[in-house]
Amino acid sequence: MSKNIKFGLIIAAILGTLGWLAAGGVKETASYYKEIAELERLQPDQKIDKRLRVGGDVELNSITRDGRDVHFVLVQEKDGVKRRLNVVYNGIDPLPDTFKDNAPCQALVDGKLGADNVFHATKLQAKCASKYEAKPVAPVSRG
Amino acid sequence: MENIGALAILLAFCFAVYALVGSLVGKWARRPFLTLSAERAVYSVWALLTAAVGILLYSLIKGDFRMAYVWATSNHTMPVQYKVAAWWGGQEGSLLLWSWLLSTYGAIIVFQNRRKFREMMPYVVGVLMFTQIFFLILNGFVASPFKMIAAGRGIVDIGDGQGLNPLLQYWTMVIHPPMLYLGYVGFIAPFAFAMASLATKQPGDEWIKTTRRWTLVTWMFQTTGVLLGMGWAYAVLGWGGYWGWDPVENASLLPWITATAFLHSVMMQEKKGMMKVWNMVLVSSTFFLCIFGTFLTRSGIVQSVHAFSEGPIGKYFVGFMAIAISGTVYLILSRLDYLKSESQMESVLSRESSFMFNNLILLAGCFAVLWGTLFPVISEAIMGEKISVDKPFFNRVNIPIGMFLLLLTGVGPLIAWRRSSFESLKRAFMWPALSGVIVSLGLFAAGIRSFYALMSFGLCAFVVVTVVIEFFKGAKAISGKSGSNLLVSMVQLTHRNTRRYGGYLVHVGIVILFVGFTGAAFNKDTTVELPQGGTMTLGAYTLKVVGFEEGETSNYSWGRPKIAVTKNGEDLPMMFPEQRFYFASQTPTHEIALRRRLNEDLYINYAGPGTNNSNVILQVYVNPLVSWVWIGYWVVLFGTIICLIPSKTRLVFPRTEVVGMARKQVGKDAENVES
Repeated sequence: MSKNIKFGLIIAAILGTLGWLAAGGVKETASYYKEIAELERLQPDQKIDKRLRVGGDVELNSITRDGRDVHFVLVQEKDGVKRRLNVVYNGIDPLPDTFKDNAPCQALVDGKLGADNVFHATKLQAKCASKYEAKPVAPVSRG
Repeated sequence: MENIGALAILLAFCFAVYALVGSLVGKWARRPFLTLSAERAVYSVWALLTAAVGILLYSLIKGDFRMAYVWATSNHTMPVQYKVAAWWGGQEGSLLLWSWLLSTYGAIIVFQNRRKFREMMPYVVGVLMFTQIFFLILNGFVASPFKMIAAGRGIVDIGDGQGLNPLLQYWTMVIHPPMLYLGYVGFIAPFAFAMASLATKQPGDEWIKTTRRWTLVTWMFQTTGVLLGMGWAYAVLGWGGYWGWDPVENASLLPWITATAFLHSVMMQEKKGMMKVWNMVLVSSTFFLCIFGTFLTRSGIVQSVHAFSEGPIGKYFVGFMAIAISGTVYLILSRLDYLKSESQMESVLSRESSFMFNNLILLAGCFAVLWGTLFPVISEAIMGEKISVDKPFFNRVNIPIGMFLLLLTGVGPLIAWRRSSFESLKRAFMWPALSGVIVSLGLFAAGIRSFYALMSFGLCAFVVVTVVIEFFKGAKAISGKSGSNLLVSMVQLTHRNTRRYGGYLVHVGIVILFVGFTGAAFNKDTTVELPQGGTMTLGAYTLKVVGFEEGETSNYSWGRPKIAVTKNGEDLPMMFPEQRFYFASQTPTHEIALRRRLNEDLYINYAGPGTNNSNVILQVYVNPLVSWVWIGYWVVLFGTIICLIPSKTRLVFPRTEVVGMARKQVGKDAENVES
């Protein structure tokens, strides 16, 4: 066997294996970004299968704890219509410190939509406007 | 004050433009004085930026809350080290840090080479200043740290700032960004010299030799930065791990991977004159991945836990990268004739091919991480649906890649250049391979069934034994001649060829890191809600809530359950996981309680009060072997520093194809020392 063929075969084997692993990994962990409006249009069978990822604003004062479960409401406004989504979080990871409902916060949840239209999140990311980028307040001026 | 800062940035911008134009025009029109004055302008850029930085730091420490940046990242009650760290705690400041480090590196490069490389230097300055101009545009016109939220004579006071994000108020976060940036920005040196070498059609590898130290030092900073980030995530974020394949983490890893590939493949060019185009591609990719990493964390194109907010800044980065990448690609393509390989790959079983596979596998890993990170963006563009992938994807692909790299770490250094026979391989690898198998079998007998863990520990043993044999063989030869004992001989041996033996030490450090990573296969965790006096058990540990304390400092209020811990019935010191609430930013944070031991860490996070207020919710993790990750880092650092010490014997690399007989003889001697 010429050395170029040998090299070619080894490289193909390595890349093939990795490609196969990657494809499997994508299939296993893919989760689809959806808007709340889109969730309402999903077929019942799609609801169960797909892992979904939904973002929105955390409704003020909507977070309640029930043992390990955390309930809250996500709100998304589109075309002037406010849509709400009930979420229950019961993932392993602790809730991020940025997740709160006493200030405008956004959350991104990852999980599945139940038949009862409650979103069962296993992962949650949160971002608050105040955290990284400050909104300037009116200065105290005496003048 | 703030006006002077803004003015300094503007002036620095003008000087940078002058330096770019002057340097190149001076070169093309053969006006050495113009080139020289351009080099002086590089120093001025540094001086001006230093002034701007000084003003920003002064305002942060003094608490001039009229400035938007100071207001957003600092407040009165913060300890002074965090006020300084606020410099890189926000978007504008961290971009100024980038810019300032770049100008500092620029000044050092120009100073070091003020009498050297007169041909290449104008282009080096050109590359440096082109990048500098881009960052100064951001500093001056897009994300100025000197923006005011209040200006005018009537203003007396703006109460207090928001303070630095409490998550960032932790010691590793004070040094993590500068370290990472030192690594990110530093890669401009090899890149600039590589480009200058292309532009001036240099036939040799001068750029590699002059930038070798730079490359190693910046690699060291990148490694430090990545590890500090891991240490921070582990000790602060409270989810029990140190690496979550978050886009920002990935962004810091990508250039590290290509830089590591580059460090290995330049050896091929130095010793065999091969892979010249490849090295150009690697050094450029590393540099652009550094820029890309900054872009990813700044632009918000992918959602991440710690990405800064979205802004117009992304467009500028895309523009800069588009121009710079096309320039680089053009330069490489137009100089292909000067990058011809001097020899060929001769056999699959050779040092050359092990280097090639090392590069292939590193790049595959880099690509997989990049692909996974950008998957939402890519899938939206191609399939019209935004899809994200998660930890299992990255682990699935990268664990096998890690295993293969570990194998090559052991194989590479022992296999012969050009070609190797099965016979010699058997001789070289019998003991290492045997020890690897014994370790795996031993662990299997001890009841470990995780496939990857068995494989990883086996390979770790394999690599360590190859390195030990190398040291032992070399030291024995020396002690045979000089009569000194083995330990002294080993030091002498290392000193003779610091790059080689320092490199081995780095490999050992990497092995130790892998031991730490492999521990993750045995992690245990649980979340429980406990009443006062309640107990729970995880692994060998039993936890009991015995009390609750509360208090307040000027910066935050805190509450913490007292937890009595026993291990196999034996009492351990109390642990106090804490929840804090920072007043200025109105944000809670968690201070985990951590018991670090060499065999396993006990990690407790207090998530907050439960359904009834006297209950506490605890997240408990038992993480085996994590400490070895940090130990491995110190070994890597030590090895890298050894590599930086000049060797006692000057090495001449034999290139049988290009040099004559006399030179060859010299080369042979060097080779004897070396291999």
